[in-house]
Amino acid sequence: MEKLLKLLDSNARLTDAQLGVMLGCSEKEISEKIAEFERCGTIRGYKAVIDWDKTDRAYVTALIELRVSPKRDLGFEGIADTIMRFDEVESVYLVSGGYDLAVIVSGRTFKDIAMFVAKRLSTLDSVLSTSTHFVLRRYKDSGVIFLGEEKDERGVL
Amino acid sequence: MSFQIRLNKTLERLKPSGIRRFFDIASEMDDVISLSIGEPDFSTPWHIREAGIQSLEKGKTWYSPNSGLFKLRKNIAGYIKKHRGLCYDPKDEILVTVGGSEAIDLGLRSLISPGDEVLIPQPSFVCYEPLAQLAGGTVKPIVTRAEDCFRLTADALRAAITPRTRLLIMSYPNNPTGGVMRREHLEEIAAVLRDTDIFVISDEIYGELTYGQQKHVSLASIDGMQERTMLISGFSKAFAMTGWRLGYACGPRVLMKQVIKLHQYALMCAPTTAQYAAIEALENGDGDVEAMRSEYDIRRRYIVDRLNKIGLTCFDPEGAFYVFPSIKITGLTSEQFCKRLLEEKRVAVVPGTAFGESGEGFVRISYCYSLKHITEAMDRIEEFIINNGG
Repeated sequence: MEKLLKLLDSNARLTDAQLGVMLGCSEKEISEKIAEFERCGTIRGYKAVIDWDKTDRAYVTALIELRVSPKRDLGFEGIADTIMRFDEVESVYLVSGGYDLAVIVSGRTFKDIAMFVAKRLSTLDSVLSTSTHFVLRRYKDSGVIFLGEEKDERGVL
Repeated sequence: MSFQIRLNKTLERLKPSGIRRFFDIASEMDDVISLSIGEPDFSTPWHIREAGIQSLEKGKTWYSPNSGLFKLRKNIAGYIKKHRGLCYDPKDEILVTVGGSEAIDLGLRSLISPGDEVLIPQPSFVCYEPLAQLAGGTVKPIVTRAEDCFRLTADALRAAITPRTRLLIMSYPNNPTGGVMRREHLEEIAAVLRDTDIFVISDEIYGELTYGQQKHVSLASIDGMQERTMLISGFSKAFAMTGWRLGYACGPRVLMKQVIKLHQYALMCAPTTAQYAAIEALENGDGDVEAMRSEYDIRRRYIVDRLNKIGLTCFDPEGAFYVFPSIKITGLTSEQFCKRLLEEKRVAVVPGTAFGESGEGFVRISYCYSLKHITEAMDRIEEFIINNGG
């Protein structure tokens, strides 16, 4: 049922009936399968991909590189657990490379984010250093292209 | 003295392609949402493009041998063996061509003498009839019907054969209907052919794109048919490589000797860059073909379901990337339907009559488009049918 997940990943608003038709099974089978995915946590949620720049909402995001010292027994999970609970934090990833945690933070203004990093993140015990990269423009997000219209460039024959 | 260009009379008399005419009208309108293009919406998989780029970087920009790079011919032989269960000698039974279209033209010109009759099951792709006529053949269309899933039946074939019949063109999976011939249907055709000296051009360009449990079967793989079949395929549809212009033909040595001679005089060789890309496609492209096929299948199921619910009934197309619904409920001709759908709802589809007179009452709809695009087009078609009392 990987196909079902891929279809939902591309468009979570497809109805169970539509999904059933596309995958050659009944609407009931689809709804049961989705319920199962939700129950076991394979599907964690549904959301729209929104270009906030097209709205009145002031919305700024930043990628924050965090170097942290892992705790005995808990490893990185203790600090990750603390960080992910802030409302400002959209995503937290443990990453390989020059730093440990990649944190995506959003706020109304650049200053909001700067203050959040200065006052809430960098003051945490395990945090060794932070490096904040503000997002200036979103070209593509969650697999969706934000820049310009998608155009069919196939020529007429 | 006034000079006048004298053109080839047969060529002058040929009708321009009916697909093209609608494209021309549609391209002058705004907001047109098209379901008319017969080529993959996917780009060529990156590793295949990269192989082409690398060949350019290394300066491999010469002619290839007339028949094509030997390594490519060897790969084609291996691929045909693996997927169709057929053996061809890459030395002199396989020719790499400029798309499947060139192979069709070469085959027709190599096989037809003036006055020979050519049987073409229709609806079918637009090029067979004019090219057969240019080669001096007399075309006899065989009508295939929706109730037979647009298959060629043994009875229809038998009824069309005369002492002058020289050639049969088989085109399955079929453009525009999406019809396929399963092994049992091919066996019946083969049984008719065995008693004749009719040769077959089998255009299997959509051979990789079949849906459901059963894979495509080549007519050449039916007992006794390989010796009388020219198998044509290519990279355009399966590997999303239309613009590279690369196809191939496989057939008996005696025929291929003439076909290669013609190719050598007319084309020299297929584009070398494309040939290097094609080597990579055959070596490592099976996964890409499967991924694209799987995507087409999702769209196919959706579009067939929508059309049937709208009232444009269509049989379940099991191959290629087209559906061929009946528009009978509208009471319009194919041309009228397409013209009005374009004018009123700005949706472009191709009239069935572009593929032969027997396409009257049908339209061809391509699903080489994203689901989002297809959904929007189906919504508009639905409104069109409701507005027109469907």
